[in-house]
Amino acid sequence: MMMKNENGLSHQFEITGGDFSNAGRTSTSIKEILQEIGIDSSIVVRAAIASYEAEMNVVMYARRAMLTLSITPEKLHLKLEDEGPGIESVDLAMEEGFSTATDEMREMGFGAGMGLPNIKKNADKFEISSIPGKGTTLDIIICLDKTEEK
Amino acid sequence: MNQYFHSIRIDTEKCDGRMKCLRVCPTRAIRVRNGKAVIIEEKCIDCGECITVCPHGAIVPLTDPFGELTKFRHTVAVPSPALYAQFGREILPEKILSGIKKLGFDHAFDLAITCGEVSFAIQEYLREYKGPKPLISNVCPTIVRLIQVKYPSLIDQVIPIDTPRELAAREIKKKKSKQLALKEKEIGTFYLTPCPAKMISIKQPAEKGKSHIDGAISISDIYAPLLSAMEGIEKGSYRKALESICILGIGWAMVGGICRTLRLKNSLAVSGLGEVLKVFDDIERGKLRNIDFIEAYSCTQGCVGGSLTVENLYISYNKILKLIETLEFEQIKACPDIREVRKLYRQEYFFITGKLEPRPLKPLDKDLAKAIKKRKEKEDIYESLPKIDCGACGAPTCLIFAEDVVRGDAELTDCIFNLPQRYKELSQEFSELFNKSAFLGQTKSRAKKTSKKGKVIK
Repeated sequence: MMMKNENGLSHQFEITGGDFSNAGRTSTSIKEILQEIGIDSSIVVRAAIASYEAEMNVVMYARRAMLTLSITPEKLHLKLEDEGPGIESVDLAMEEGFSTATDEMREMGFGAGMGLPNIKKNADKFEISSIPGKGTTLDIIICLDKTEEK
Repeated sequence: MNQYFHSIRIDTEKCDGRMKCLRVCPTRAIRVRNGKAVIIEEKCIDCGECITVCPHGAIVPLTDPFGELTKFRHTVAVPSPALYAQFGREILPEKILSGIKKLGFDHAFDLAITCGEVSFAIQEYLREYKGPKPLISNVCPTIVRLIQVKYPSLIDQVIPIDTPRELAAREIKKKKSKQLALKEKEIGTFYLTPCPAKMISIKQPAEKGKSHIDGAISISDIYAPLLSAMEGIEKGSYRKALESICILGIGWAMVGGICRTLRLKNSLAVSGLGEVLKVFDDIERGKLRNIDFIEAYSCTQGCVGGSLTVENLYISYNKILKLIETLEFEQIKACPDIREVRKLYRQEYFFITGKLEPRPLKPLDKDLAKAIKKRKEKEDIYESLPKIDCGACGAPTCLIFAEDVVRGDAELTDCIFNLPQRYKELSQEFSELFNKSAFLGQTKSRAKKTSKKGKVIK
């Protein structure tokens, strides 16, 4: 879905919890958009990894989510708002290796406890807030303007 | 001259714009303009899918004709191991190689042996390699181009060991020129190819170096003459013929053939462009870091599924598989001398000289702000389109059409549904026609025709 945005481009993607067969589609679409407008391939990969990890978190744990991609010439913003169980301790979830994944998920190669740390690693700015029982919100920002890169 | 060499050409005489190629092209590189298919050079990765689906044989692979042989003093055929899979199970490589010689080549080289050497070389490389994983095989030129175009971030993971066909041709030229006291350029090396993609890797190597192969002859072109050439060949000892087969190299004709020679805990073999895309997406996401090596082929089942082969790809796949099983059962394990290979490896014998560079597609605009604006325009245009991907405008989908318009390669009015104005005019014309009773009979039959066409389009 496309949204009006005066300064740049916005896209919304709906992600459904438990929908493993379509998992990865959103991050592939994001990658294609970024390639089309000529974003540097190293940044495209960072955005693809961050959005994929965010997407997988929804598929594994939440009921549904809306991922909004906004691009301006300066930055790329991924905002993910999910409805789900939320995260009890955000600090703990940010630790590498921490995971609440079930054995089945681990069997599929997920749940290594690298999801959120991996998003952070690939973002220039990363914010997370969560209300247990309601849902989690992620803000992932990647700078496009080279002068603003950290 | 065009920037990119391609191994396929459209015969405009034969092409009648049936759009089968338009729909099947995995990189959306084909458009129909003025009723004829055209290829967008930048996007084409020479997979050959369009050749297979064209009902008129209008898409022609640019392989070399047999006549090229006369340009050289000494000619050597280097058949892809996929050729060995084209004939019945009792016909072994030895006989096929003798048959090739009868066709006019001075020598026929068994590429399976070089494949075996390269298997060992890859083992060596993997042992020392410390970079990001998995490493990706470079044996399929379409896959190499796919990575250049769509997955530039994976370029450093493409294995820098040269392909068996190139190494063999280099060695043949060196050895034969010495042996026969000829110049290297007087020795003609001809690859017998299962696909057109190998042609581009010869004419325009992805690494920008120079190929040692002088030409490529299609397996489908050589099949019938080879079949009759083999008729007169005396049946030798089956066991002896088996013993000459390199068990490591013979499998390179099919998907999984390289992996089985590498003895890795974690390797993956994938074939068919659609499946390869999924796997490459996963590599890019960092999901497959535990895998050491991936061999990927654009054609289903690997080279035996190439568009220039003759035999059904499952039957030829099976032939190679059974041959390997037989060799294992008979405990025939002919293969190159590993110590020799290691020595050559240390002398950098196997490494590719050129460097693989990315070849990203042209963005909507060089300027990011403008590109973003154009991307928005593209979406607006797309929203106004019928989204039924009829193809009548010449683009494979409405979305691609919208992109073509934004890029200035197509006009909005090319969409037959996006034309209320033209509709009005047309309907007026029609009603005028209907009103002319003198033409009633004719219009009836015409109206019938149009509605039929309309259905076809849908």
